[in-house]
Amino acid sequence: MRRIYLDYAATTPTRPEVVKAMLGYFTDAFGNPSSLYSCGQETKGAVEEARGKVAALIGARDEEIVFTSGGTEADNFAIKGVAFANESKGNHIITSSIEHHAVIETCKFLEGRGFIVTYLPVDKYGLVDPDDIKQAITGKTVLISVMHASNEIGTIEPIAEIGKIAREAGAYFHTDAVQTLGHIPVDVNELGVDLLSMSAHKLYGPKGVGALYIRKCTGLVPFMHGGEQERRRRASTENVPGIVGFGTAAELAQPEMDGETERLTYLRDQLIKGLMERIDHTHLNGHPLKRLPNNVNVSVNYVEGESMVLNLDLESICVSTGSACSSSSLEPSHVLLAMGFSPEQAHGSLRFSLGKWTTEEDISRVLEVLPRIVAKLRAMSPLLKSHR
Amino acid sequence: MTKTQPLYSEKVMEHFNNPRNVGEMGNPDGIGHVGNPVCGDIMELYIKVNNGTTVDSKFKTFGCGAAIATSSMVTEMVKGKSIEEALKILKRAVAEALGGLPPIKMHCSSLAEEALKSAIEDYLSKSKGE
Ligand code: FES
Repeated sequence: MRRIYLDYAATTPTRPEVVKAMLGYFTDAFGNPSSLYSCGQETKGAVEEARGKVAALIGARDEEIVFTSGGTEADNFAIKGVAFANESKGNHIITSSIEHHAVIETCKFLEGRGFIVTYLPVDKYGLVDPDDIKQAITGKTVLISVMHASNEIGTIEPIAEIGKIAREAGAYFHTDAVQTLGHIPVDVNELGVDLLSMSAHKLYGPKGVGALYIRKCTGLVPFMHGGEQERRRRASTENVPGIVGFGTAAELAQPEMDGETERLTYLRDQLIKGLMERIDHTHLNGHPLKRLPNNVNVSVNYVEGESMVLNLDLESICVSTGSACSSSSLEPSHVLLAMGFSPEQAHGSLRFSLGKWTTEEDISRVLEVLPRIVAKLRAMSPLLKSHR
Repeated sequence: MTKTQPLYSEKVMEHFNNPRNVGEMGNPDGIGHVGNPVCGDIMELYIKVNNGTTVDSKFKTFGCGAAIATSSMVTEMVKGKSIEEALKILKRAVAEALGGLPPIKMHCSSLAEEALKSAIEDYLSKSKGE
């Protein structure tokens, strides 16, 4: 059976062009970019070229990009870096209750170190209200961190509006753009952000590499201490093949973005429509319009998500769920709970994230298979007596 | 490519995919209804008892793969057992019969054990009343 991968928000396959660009940097051009001789300088050049490509994708200057090991590190770096560098100015951080764990857990860590964190609520679509941000700002607010779009429900947040508010308040503004980079336009000036987290493996680049955009003059403490790499902001020998791969992925994403957005939005809406038509007691989670072109998140009542995921896997279809049963904490998705869902509704959530290799046949196949699976599981469900 | 490490044993997946004894029972002799305090799932288990022997059992479960597989297994295991024997079916035995469960899923097999116990208690309290 052909595998139908619909979990591009978890990770994407590395594009063959990207792999090809990386290969030479494992074997031939393996030099350390810090070395003075030419084979070191050659890789230094490759790293700088990649930096330029990533910077171009977000409208930044080259020197504002710091390569990291991925999105999680970028989030940690941004939040801890600003918090620790600005302790004399204040100890208050504002974020939302639907952030990625890399942001939430970092904020919790800081709470244990004397920082005060406000976790703003969201509406039923998962949207943060910029007015809530305004209200939450105090004289001690040093950082605001709100994600560009939710990895789970696909809702796109009003980042540009929040950016203006942050600027007026004199607080630094960070956004986690891991889900949007390379998929929808991301421009650091239009968004008005000071810090922006990126990850390569969500846009067909390799795993283990990402970047943090740091607007010029943003005070932050280095993430790793050691050598002089990345202008002393992040020591450690550069992951040259990874960085080259990231640069290539960024370069390829730009010209394809509009076409892909249109194609994926069409497939996304087909899938949403089909699911609503074919499975009763199902609803869309997240905003219907302010939504990533590739995200479909639905709750199917009376059935549990893990058992749907396993059944779909038996049909070679890969998706994910926010069910408590599938998480190692055995708690339902914090995002769905923050949107006001009951644990039961969160239990039946399924996330499909579409990508480059998703076809119309894939969508038809899901629409053919899932109703059967749901019927089978509902026949087993003690929650569904009235439907006997 | 290295071998994949599946979450569940083959036996679990087999029961998950073809669960035995699914459904409700007309005129059961005992009904157990329990909720999983850990993740919030629900299991209902029915037994039919004849001369102190469990002759039939059915279940309905809202839960993960492990919860469905353990429900299926426990309803199989209880059939033909006397009430005393049935009370001795512990979650460990159910998990073992399924070729083991991942540690994080052991609480789902407790649900199966409790559902059975609660069905038996229901049966015992009803038969006392008669
Ligand atoms: S029933 Fe929820 S984890 Fe098994």
